[in-house]
Amino acid sequence: MARVELMDYEQALELFEPVIGLEVHVELNTETKMFSPAPNPANEKYHGAAPNTLVSPVCLGLPGSLPVVNGEAVEKSISLGLALGCSIAESSRFARKNYFYPDLAKNYQISQYDEPIAFDGEVEVELADGRTFQVPIERAHMEEDAGKLTHVGGATGRIQGAEYSLVDYNRAGVPLVEIVTRPIFGAEGDAPELAKAYVSTIRDMAISLGISEARMERGNLRCDANVSLRPRGAEQLGTRTETKNVNSFRSIERAVRYEIQRQAAILAKGGAITQETRHWHEDTGTTSPGRPKSDADDYRYFPEPDLVPVVPSRERVAELRAALPEPPPARRRRLKAEWGFTDLEFQGVVNGGLLNEVAATIAAGASPAAARKWWTGELTRLANASETDAASLASPEHVAELAALVEAGTLTDRLARQVLEGVVAGEGSPQQIVDARGLAVVSDDGALIAAIDAALAAQPDVLAKIRDGKVQAAGAVIGAVMKAMQGKADAARVRELVLERAAAAE
Amino acid sequence: MPEISAEQVAHLANLARIALTEEEIAHLTTELGQIMQAVEQVNQVATPDVPPTSHPIPMQNVFRADVVTDDVLTPEQALSGAPERDGDRFVVSAILGEEQ
Repeated sequence: MARVELMDYEQALELFEPVIGLEVHVELNTETKMFSPAPNPANEKYHGAAPNTLVSPVCLGLPGSLPVVNGEAVEKSISLGLALGCSIAESSRFARKNYFYPDLAKNYQISQYDEPIAFDGEVEVELADGRTFQVPIERAHMEEDAGKLTHVGGATGRIQGAEYSLVDYNRAGVPLVEIVTRPIFGAEGDAPELAKAYVSTIRDMAISLGISEARMERGNLRCDANVSLRPRGAEQLGTRTETKNVNSFRSIERAVRYEIQRQAAILAKGGAITQETRHWHEDTGTTSPGRPKSDADDYRYFPEPDLVPVVPSRERVAELRAALPEPPPARRRRLKAEWGFTDLEFQGVVNGGLLNEVAATIAAGASPAAARKWWTGELTRLANASETDAASLASPEHVAELAALVEAGTLTDRLARQVLEGVVAGEGSPQQIVDARGLAVVSDDGALIAAIDAALAAQPDVLAKIRDGKVQAAGAVIGAVMKAMQGKADAARVRELVLERAAAAE
Repeated sequence: MPEISAEQVAHLANLARIALTEEEIAHLTTELGQIMQAVEQVNQVATPDVPPTSHPIPMQNVFRADVVTDDVLTPEQALSGAPERDGDRFVVSAILGEEQ
């Protein structure tokens, strides 16, 4: 493969203005699929089902089968549209998007084209330093997800070089809302961060609406990032690329930044950007070309003859609007005040995409300080080490349980970190791991005193110093005791006992 | 008068993943052109007071309750028509591109 040249990021920004556009797909968590009464794997209840066990004749496009719209999916789509500040269509209809690929057996995807359910919205997005951006929303439309292909053969399991593919149609027909922004101007060097913060905002929205499980690592929320550059002072937009397969917050930021640097290097040399789909590779942090982007004409959209128009009643839309949860910016301001976090502490939570995790952990009984500490501390460290999002590593309930064990003195922070590693490795709940690994703090003074007496006897010079009032000398004994207890003791309690025993020693 | 070119027919065949010979393309170009002319006749009777319609029956808001029914197939049923299978998954030839 040809070596890809990247321009220095700052230099790229001096020469070009980045313009981004984002498409976010949200899988709805309804009980059944968009057009078929088969169970929906994007609902927690059916997640991880064996291949081809969640399919009906509609999902397989069998002859004679007919789609029927899931009314609940329409309501959830309308709620999301309203939360995005969109107008809800007086009349909305479905369209066929024709393409031949085995991820949908019927050779077309039922989507929406000229009459989406929601359009013309605006979403407030906050950056790490507290500045806000208004992201313009062009539309949000309903459609169905496609099946899952596993490419077999070839070196890497990627599309390129595969010999054949295996198809699981469980995901075919999962209800999706695709949210499309207008081109976003003016973000400048913050464009990559804005892209990440926008997707994070959509995720918060979906969770507070209760319309999606919204787990990026499961593909409940997926982002395609369009990036183009235009030379400073130019009117016309540059040619854009669309990067797909960007499935974590950190990769969204990295992918946009990478495309800015890659395109700048090509343009600066007088080259042209090819309008194409590019695939993001998490492992290398690079994008590679996919297919040339089809014109909309090639999809030969036409109104779906099997479905009649959706005409939401204005009364129902008003009810759904009245039932909306508070908007993310207002919610953030309220939570920050309730939790008593400083600006910096709160931004750490928000920027890590951890607001919902911290909120759920506090709801499960942890103190705000403990919830923040575990999510932005150890879990974020583990997430960075494994290049994933902290939110995917542990459940709020487990983190709350861990905090309770520390609070109760069963675990020291050091032991708690070991337990957390067990949780992340899927060994069970914190209490189960404490039991299984025997990690609890030794709170039995008898056992501690025996170890302290032994350590003091082994270090008579230290004992003499302590008795002379040189309390800091106790460190050597504390260290020896902690080692003897394999770290499973509370150092503060050991120190207290060391001083007591030294005073009492003959 | 609507026209369809041999290039357009070849492009459509490519999108539909159908391999056509030059003779077949020439033949289909003529036939599809005739079909388009026939359909074009509709435009002659369509007047501005007739709105375009995508559905012949004046119905709207036909919804299904969000409930799982017994239309769900077993993997055996689902795969019964598959030309080739591997475990409980369908086997298809590798196709480059067009992934959504």
